[in-house]
Amino acid sequence: MEISAIYFLVPSLIMFCCGLYGFITRRNMIAMLISLELMLNSVDMNFVIFNRFLFPGQMEGMMFTLFAIAIAAAETALAIAIIINVFRSVNHVDVRELNEMKF
Amino acid sequence: MESVGSFILYVIVSLAIIVFSVMAVTSRKILRAATYLLFTLFAAAVVYFMLDYQFLGAVQIAVYAGGILVLFVFAILLTSHPGNNSAVLGSKRRILGLIASLAMLFVSAAALLARASLFAAKPQMEEVNMQKIGEAMMGTGANQYLLPFEAVSILLLACIIGGIVVARKR
Repeated sequence: MEISAIYFLVPSLIMFCCGLYGFITRRNMIAMLISLELMLNSVDMNFVIFNRFLFPGQMEGMMFTLFAIAIAAAETALAIAIIINVFRSVNHVDVRELNEMKF
Repeated sequence: MESVGSFILYVIVSLAIIVFSVMAVTSRKILRAATYLLFTLFAAAVVYFMLDYQFLGAVQIAVYAGGILVLFVFAILLTSHPGNNSAVLGSKRRILGLIASLAMLFVSAAALLARASLFAAKPQMEEVNMQKIGEAMMGTGANQYLLPFEAVSILLLACIIGGIVVARKR
C-alpha cells in the first residue's frame, strides 16, 4: 500500500474544517482560540507535507513550520492575557456579550 | 512501497486526527475540548515523525503540547467553572457553521482529489539531522534563516512584555 501526499492532506483538511466550524459556532473566547489553534496546526502540517513530498532535498517548509509554531505560542500567550483581562473587567468571556471596546 | 506496520500507524493517526478534532470543537465542556486538542496535537507530532522530521515532531510536542496547552488549561480554570457546560447552540448558528465548513471541505477535497495523480509516492530524503538544522538557522547565506530567527526572538520578548502589561493588576 502506497501512502502518497493525499493521504496526509485529507486529515489535515478535515482538521481545518473542524476549526472553521468551531470558530463560527463557539461563544467562549477560549474555545474560539482552541479552534484557531486547530486551523493553524493543519496549515503547519500542510507545509511539512508539501515540503516532504514535493521538495525532499530542501527544508523551507520545515523552517516555516518551526517559526509558525513559535509565533503561535506568542499569539496564544497574548490572546490569553487579553482574555483574562476581559474576564476581570466584565466577569465572563462570551463574545456575543462583548460589544463595547471600553468598559 | 510501505510496510504494513507503517500503514496501520497511518490509519490510527489519521483516525485520531479526525475524531479528536471533531470532538474538540463539539464538546460542551471546555476543559475536555482542550484535552482533545492535546490529542490532536500529539497526532500531528506523530505525522511529523512519520515524515522523517524528528526535530519538528519534538518541537511540536514540547511547545504545543507542553507550553500552549498548559496556558490553555490555566486560562480555562481562571475564567470558567470547570463543571459548567457551555450553553446549547442556537440552530441557526450551528447550520451556518456547518454550511461554511462543509462547503470548504467539499471544494478543497474536490480540488485535491482532482490533482491526486500529481502526488507521487514518498521520495527518498537524506536525514535532516540537527547539524543541518542548526546551520540553516544560524547562517546568513542562501536558504539560511538567521534574520527570521532573531526576529522571532524579538517577537517573543515583545510578547513577554506585552503579556505582563496587558494582564497586570491595575
